Amino acid sequence: MEQANTVVEMRNITKRFPGIVANDSVNFKLRKGEIHALLGENGAGKSTMMNVLFGLYQPEEGEIFVNGQQVVIDGPNKAIKLGIGMVHQHFKLVHPFTVTENIILGSEPKKWLGLAVDKKMAYEKVGNLSHQYGLNVDPYAKIDEISVGMQQRVEILKTLYRGADILIFDEPTAVLTPQEISELLVIMRNLVNQGKSIILITHKLKEIMAIADSVTIVRRGKVIDSLPVAGTSPNQLAEKMVGREVSLKLDKKDAVLGEPILEVDNLVVKGRQGLNALNGTNFTLRRGEILGIAGVEGNGQSELIEALTGLRPVADGSIKISGEEIAGKKPRQISEAGISLIPEDRHKHGLVLDFPVRENMVLETYYQPQFNKKGFLDFNEIATHAERLVKDFDVRTPSIMTDARALSGGNQQKAIIAREVDKNPDVLIAAQPTRGLDVGAIEFIHKRLVEQRNMGKAVLLVSYELEEILQLSDRIAVIYEGRIVGEVKPSETNDQELGLMMTDYKRPQGGPESE
Amino acid sequence: MNKLIRAFTKDSALVPLVAIVLGLIVGAIIMLIGGYDPILAYRSLLETVFGNRYDFGETLTAITPILFTGLSVAFAFRTGLFNIGAEGQYIMGMTGATIIGVTVHLPWYIHAPLAVVVGAICGGIWGMIAGYLKAARGVNEVITTIMLNWIALHLANYLVNRFLLEPGKGRSYMVDDSASATIGWLSRFMDDARMHWGMFFALLCVIFFYAFLWRTKQGFELRVVGSNADAAAYAGINVNSGVVKAMFISGALAGLAGVFQVLGVFHNQVIAASHTGHGFDGIAVALLGGNTPLGVLLGAILFGTLSYGAAGMSFGADVPPEIIRIVIGSVIFFVAAPGIIRWLLKRVSGKKRKEEAI
Amino acid sequence: MDAATIGHMLNTAFVFSTALILAALGGILSERSGVVNIGLEGLMTAGAFAAAVAAFKAQEAGYGAASPWIGVIAGAIFGLLFSLIHAVATITFRADQVVSGIVINFIAGGSTLYLVKLLFSGSGETSLVNEVFHKVKIPLLSDIPIIGDGIFNAYPTTYLALILVGVIYYMLYKTAFGLRLRSVGEHPSAADTVGIKVLRMRYAAVLMSGILAGIGGATIAMTTTGSFSHNTISGQGFIALAAVIFGKWNPLGAMGAALFFGFAQSINNVLQLFDFSSHIPPEFIYMLPYVLTILVLVGAVGRSKAPGALGEPYFPGKR
Repeated sequence: MEQANTVVEMRNITKRFPGIVANDSVNFKLRKGEIHALLGENGAGKSTMMNVLFGLYQPEEGEIFVNGQQVVIDGPNKAIKLGIGMVHQHFKLVHPFTVTENIILGSEPKKWLGLAVDKKMAYEKVGNLSHQYGLNVDPYAKIDEISVGMQQRVEILKTLYRGADILIFDEPTAVLTPQEISELLVIMRNLVNQGKSIILITHKLKEIMAIADSVTIVRRGKVIDSLPVAGTSPNQLAEKMVGREVSLKLDKKDAVLGEPILEVDNLVVKGRQGLNALNGTNFTLRRGEILGIAGVEGNGQSELIEALTGLRPVADGSIKISGEEIAGKKPRQISEAGISLIPEDRHKHGLVLDFPVRENMVLETYYQPQFNKKGFLDFNEIATHAERLVKDFDVRTPSIMTDARALSGGNQQKAIIAREVDKNPDVLIAAQPTRGLDVGAIEFIHKRLVEQRNMGKAVLLVSYELEEILQLSDRIAVIYEGRIVGEVKPSETNDQELGLMMTDYKRPQGGPESE
Repeated sequence: MNKLIRAFTKDSALVPLVAIVLGLIVGAIIMLIGGYDPILAYRSLLETVFGNRYDFGETLTAITPILFTGLSVAFAFRTGLFNIGAEGQYIMGMTGATIIGVTVHLPWYIHAPLAVVVGAICGGIWGMIAGYLKAARGVNEVITTIMLNWIALHLANYLVNRFLLEPGKGRSYMVDDSASATIGWLSRFMDDARMHWGMFFALLCVIFFYAFLWRTKQGFELRVVGSNADAAAYAGINVNSGVVKAMFISGALAGLAGVFQVLGVFHNQVIAASHTGHGFDGIAVALLGGNTPLGVLLGAILFGTLSYGAAGMSFGADVPPEIIRIVIGSVIFFVAAPGIIRWLLKRVSGKKRKEEAI
Repeated sequence: MDAATIGHMLNTAFVFSTALILAALGGILSERSGVVNIGLEGLMTAGAFAAAVAAFKAQEAGYGAASPWIGVIAGAIFGLLFSLIHAVATITFRADQVVSGIVINFIAGGSTLYLVKLLFSGSGETSLVNEVFHKVKIPLLSDIPIIGDGIFNAYPTTYLALILVGVIYYMLYKTAFGLRLRSVGEHPSAADTVGIKVLRMRYAAVLMSGILAGIGGATIAMTTTGSFSHNTISGQGFIALAAVIFGKWNPLGAMGAALFFGFAQSINNVLQLFDFSSHIPPEFIYMLPYVLTILVLVGAVGRSKAPGALGEPYFPGKR
């Protein structure tokens, strides 16, 4: 009887990549009309499982059943035919195209013996679908012109247009605001009510508790457990996901506040499109504290970091470090004035991946007299320096001559932190410092940040993960459309309130405006 | 044997060597199809190059410009730039040297160095234009350098035609002897082959290339820019000025190729209908040499030898010398797509294993 | 300047432009699918060579007026063959697209001359073909003053090029194939996830570009020169590339650019007739396409946006 309800079953699936077993004989069952969460850390193998189901990878072993029939899914086309659709984490949308063009791409309605695309019919169809599922998407809009939340709905429409009954959502909330998230959850419920079944890939426990009916936990390529959500707890799930007991709280003593060190006053900065990305931002950072900047991605965080480090021109306002104006100075001058940055994207901004660890360790200091002898670099000195940092910060690398590319993500991040902390800055900016890392590395990095704060440094933490902000910060400033719209203490708030502030629905009493 | 195959399939260090062999084989096959004797052809190529002093000297003279342009392209590559414009920078280098060589009259110890410097600067500026457009406007240097090649060709023709033309000759006046870079005694020793200082200059540039990029602070900055421009910016390196600087140096290296063709080989500049191809050869040389100084040197020696020796093939084996263009093209093709070599080797080794099994 | 001169200028402009239009269309298809094609010069060379040889042989075999058409077909086939090299290298083996284009120019230049010497007993030029295209007047339309003489009295290949502009425009913007082709050039993994065979689309586009550029080269051999030698194609491929960019990767735009470049050339010819050449040196006219292209890229003459994934190889299954 239960079998009849099962729409997808993966049996003993094994998928290997050179060097690793991404899926080790995993089993998975999706029942009709349920939302089934697939939980695991980055790299645990949950995406691989779903890529196998969607036909993007071919498994070495195992069987897949859809609606009770054994099937071979040799490509996305086959998956689509079987009624499986995937809402990708990184949207697969062609930006210069319209919503409708993106949706029909690959299965276009045709006229004139197939010689032309029947655009009229396409727009109609897309409009109807959008209406039917309450998605509210403008079929004529170009992808460039619509919000991220809307783009996600286009992705959902793409699967529905192809007649999908089984929808895979890959980390769908990563890019959304808390309010967009609740809208998405409504949409997902709506889909299930209309007979669809949903697989939700995620590493966020909260979402699972909020929406999922059952959950399958994956760790290091293996399925650890599969159970109904009712009757489980976040702590229990976290333990299964990580494989040991984890404390969701970080031990840290109270902050000992020192004098103000970084003062940002009425900062105005232009963004990429020439509009004001920062619109009169104000905040003060003191020695001995961690100030968390909370906010939805794209509200000026990147521009703030770039302005603070001299990578983006300041249109108006001032940035003072120890009372000295640094707005308009060059990145190197600012670095020398005492600001260090752990950048958001370690591959793109933090490291030269094809250079050895040795060179990466002096990326910002190579020109100083210690390493630079009359225009020639002293590589002996540089090597000694790199060896010391590698040792002090426990960067696991075969040698300092190994290319940075060959290091694991966690060790790459450790290398960056070693370099930045060793500059002995007054202000350490950490942007998304733990993105994509496993729990062990996250713990290590969090400890290092707290350690810096305990030593009397000022730490500015910019993160899109509310949990990280709540855990680490001594004070939280919420950024919305380029302004700090409120400041709160982590002990006196919760993510619901922060979420509302992040979308400017609610200002707390005693925010900066009333100061 | 298996180890050897694994070395090819895993490590790309041997790819250029296999590519050369494959390129020569492609040439041989095409000669066979055309009814020529490839063994005889390749032998006459070598006999030409190493047969007598004159031809050996001329081979060295043929290697020199592509060593310069090869270094030029490789230098830009190291800074993350694809300089297709060595051809145009070469022409501008020629033009600069010709203008100084023809229009001013100075003692040799000033005249020749001045012509060299001005020519190098002209080439450098021509490269810098593309660098500037990339830095200031974000314009892809591949397209601009292609366009600048053609602009240089016509601009040089205009300058020669308008200001430097020796009436009725289709070329500029001869440059003054005081601007010549010819080495008289060496030319006489080489049976009147056109020997000049450019070759030694080019070797110095090989050393400069290594020392600058891998030993100096500025070279380090350029390599960081080349490998990851974003990280360079975050590290406080001025990426834009790096790009402009690198294109200037790259252009100057290509310009020197043109300088010495004028001052050491032709002693004048002709009104050209099309490109010489030295700039494009430079791309081939840089790719084959893996953008390393030693690799570029070896690549230039190989392609210079093949190009000069090609003429001998048509005397010795009656093979059209254009076959060498096909050989060089094939070599680059295999270097650029190492996947093909791996694929071929897999086929070969796979088949063998099957045969063994039988 | 009288009407007849203007008509004559227009007419010459179309003669110059025909090959540019065809090659530029090829460039557009290739680049719209995400594959840079700086090998247009080589593809045109291959086409011009094949046309000159095939038409000569056809003429010898007594095909008469069909000979130039046989030449055009041969040009298309040779363009196709050379573009196949580009396709295999860049799409299957993910070689650098710019390098591969350079190789195409290298090999096309070398191998065609090699073959010419092989086939015409050591001579550097093919024997002259007598049976080349002749201009065709379109009844009635050719009686219109100025443009009648300028446009409607042209080589059949010119009409072919203009028709192909329309066909390819329609294909790119109205058909499912065109939508898919453009999606592959903008965001290949988006195309892949909806089941479009990215590599296959790119192969199709690159091979079509070879055919079109080959025909483009053939029209030069079959109208202006009547033979093939080392300088039959000297730079037209790069002017066509300039037209692709100047025309903003759009067939109509590229046609406009090609006509403009052709017109500049014919002004040059006419100016020389009127002895204006002392005022505007011809070299500056030759430079014009290249200078304009740079200005377009700089943004001085409108913005030009390249396809999103231009130059990026695609690994199926790795996203």
